[in-house]
Amino acid sequence: MPTLVYLEDHEGELVKGALGVLAKARELGDDVAAVLCGSGVGELAPQAGRFGAARVYVADDPALEAPLPQPRVDVLAALVGEKGFDTVLFGASVLTADVAAGLAARLGAGLNWDLVDLEVRDGKLHGRRPALQDSVVVDVGWTSEPRLALVRSGTFDPVESGGEAEVEEVRVEVQDFSRAAVMVERAHAESEGPSIEDADVIVAGGRGLGDPEKFALLEELAKALGGAVAATRAVVDAGWYPYATQVGQTGKNVSPRLYVACGISGAVQHKVGMQSSGTIVAINKDPNAPIFEYADLGVVGDLHEIVPKLTELVRERRS
Amino acid sequence: MKVAVLVKEVPESSARTRIDPGTLRLDRNGAATLNPFDANALEEALRVREGAGEGEVVAIMMAPAKGADSLRKALAVGADRAVHVSDEALAGSDLVATARALAKAVEREEPDLVLLGQQGSDSDGAVLWAALADLLRLPVVSQAATLEVAEGAVTVKRQTEYGYDVIRAPLPCVVAVSDAINEPRYPSLKGIMGAKKKPFETLATAELGLGGDEVGEAGSRTTVEALADPPARGDAQRIEDEGGDAAEKIVAYLTERKLL
Ligand SMILES: Cc1cc2nc3c(=O)[nH]c(=O)nc-3n(C[C@H](O)[C@H](O)[C@H](O)COP(=O)(O)OP(=O)(O)OC[C@H]3O[C@@H](n4cnc5c(N)ncnc54)[C@H](O)[C@@H]3O)c2cc1C
Ligand SMILES: Nc1ncnc2c1ncn2[C@@H]1O[C@H](COP(=O)(O)O)[C@@H](O)[C@H]1O
Repeated sequence: MPTLVYLEDHEGELVKGALGVLAKARELGDDVAAVLCGSGVGELAPQAGRFGAARVYVADDPALEAPLPQPRVDVLAALVGEKGFDTVLFGASVLTADVAAGLAARLGAGLNWDLVDLEVRDGKLHGRRPALQDSVVVDVGWTSEPRLALVRSGTFDPVESGGEAEVEEVRVEVQDFSRAAVMVERAHAESEGPSIEDADVIVAGGRGLGDPEKFALLEELAKALGGAVAATRAVVDAGWYPYATQVGQTGKNVSPRLYVACGISGAVQHKVGMQSSGTIVAINKDPNAPIFEYADLGVVGDLHEIVPKLTELVRERRS
Repeated sequence: MKVAVLVKEVPESSARTRIDPGTLRLDRNGAATLNPFDANALEEALRVREGAGEGEVVAIMMAPAKGADSLRKALAVGADRAVHVSDEALAGSDLVATARALAKAVEREEPDLVLLGQQGSDSDGAVLWAALADLLRLPVVSQAATLEVAEGAVTVKRQTEYGYDVIRAPLPCVVAVSDAINEPRYPSLKGIMGAKKKPFETLATAELGLGGDEVGEAGSRTTVEALADPPARGDAQRIEDEGGDAAEKIVAYLTERKLL
């Protein structure tokens, strides 16, 4: 089972999710190679070796400088075709989701996404994927090669095995349409806003707050509980609250003792950032909101009524 | 300015939906609706058309026959025309098979811009656009939190794991928008009445020039093999805020668990 793992990098480091997938691939079989795409990424090859890649293909080209998907599809399609990989694995991210789907279309291959486990049974690869807001777990497979898979972020931990990788440069040929989208401005760390990672208690708000001013309600509650305030992508994208406070797939991973979710639907992309919290309390007016599938205490009601009262009671209790 | 907007039909509440244990496919017989995330794509399409001062918005959906009702909702909200890709042969299509059918439908329209929502509320795939764009050989940008169309190009601000990127792509291109990009409008009564008179086309796979082995189960390379219940959850509790005593109950719960 010759397997290729796509190694995403950011600011001179290989990302943890990709290295976790590499570790899993090594556990499933010996024939594991990795591919690096970027400009000046060759220096990351030893790191890939230390984390389990026996061979590393390096696609080093200015066309791969910006983290955009389409030039990477061109590189991977050529590499998979030439070397005959039968499995290509990705740790899911905004970038790799688009690379994997583009590659699936290009190769006419099967792509299974959001996997939380990979397993070889009777010589066949299987994936496990929670579906329908995680209300059912599906055993998925592939009917032809190559098999493409995106692994849910944070699923596997990297394992530093200390090996050395054989490095091979690959030719980079990028199609015109793949070059058409250009990066005008790269994301830079937006550090303003408080740090939420170390908070013992988090009060998080979503679009159910109705307007940005209503975050004041959560700030009051957080103060009473001695905690910090966090937000969903929907309200961060809308400019209601700083990106530094976002919890989820493209935000922070938090595991406070108590997480109080107010007006948050509980999308899987939010869940992956907070599911390891000690106790999850959710206040939502929609009894069918997915967050109730994983809250320890689900409260069906209007947050505008409940939160101020709760703040009052907590203050009384604490004084 | 011609904008194609891809809209999907989804079960009313996906957490209550089931996968048919016989066919291992999503049970699409229950109450269905327009994917809420696609309301943002449709709204953005209407704004782009309005901003250009001329043009057309075409809503395209691949769904079984009964999806027509959901597609008409897109007309009621403001799309000018609808294209319903519907055929028995499409049942069981996976990502690539779906992208093939939709790519053919988009190609016929030759739009300047193709818009999609950020995800299906049922599939949580959030991947279709990249497959579609590859088949169409067009540039793609996903997760657009803002979208500007000017001088033959789109400029998109989008969130990644590291903050906000700004990306520019020439038209024609494919853009998937985030659910925070706009506040979708509701259909007016006039819109609902007018929807019945708007052009509505239904296309079978043969009319799209697709062979039976390119779509549906035959054209798919992924399978669903078994279903299982998720790991059991501990002692989850649920309360309703009846008589306004929810805050008291939360405090009691937290006190009991020594969280206060
Ligand atoms: C690639 C990708 C990455 C993503 N990354 C992230 C991420 O890192 N973090 C993240 O959070 N999301 C992320 N998302 C987005 C995610 O899918 C959801 O769109 C988002 O989490 C929804 O935010 P929300 O819960 O605030 O809004 P909504 O889904 O709109 O939910 C609002 C909720 O408020 C409830 N409500 C309304 N009024 C009231 C009231 N008065 N009282 C009580 N409840 C009320 C409603 O019933 C509803 O359930 C990502 C999506 C994609 C595709
Ligand atoms: N059957 C379909 N018909 C039309 N558009 C679709 C279909 N499936 C997915 N889409 C579009 O692709 C986006 C992502 O869907 P998904 O990949 O299913 O999460 C949706 O928001 C829609 O815009």
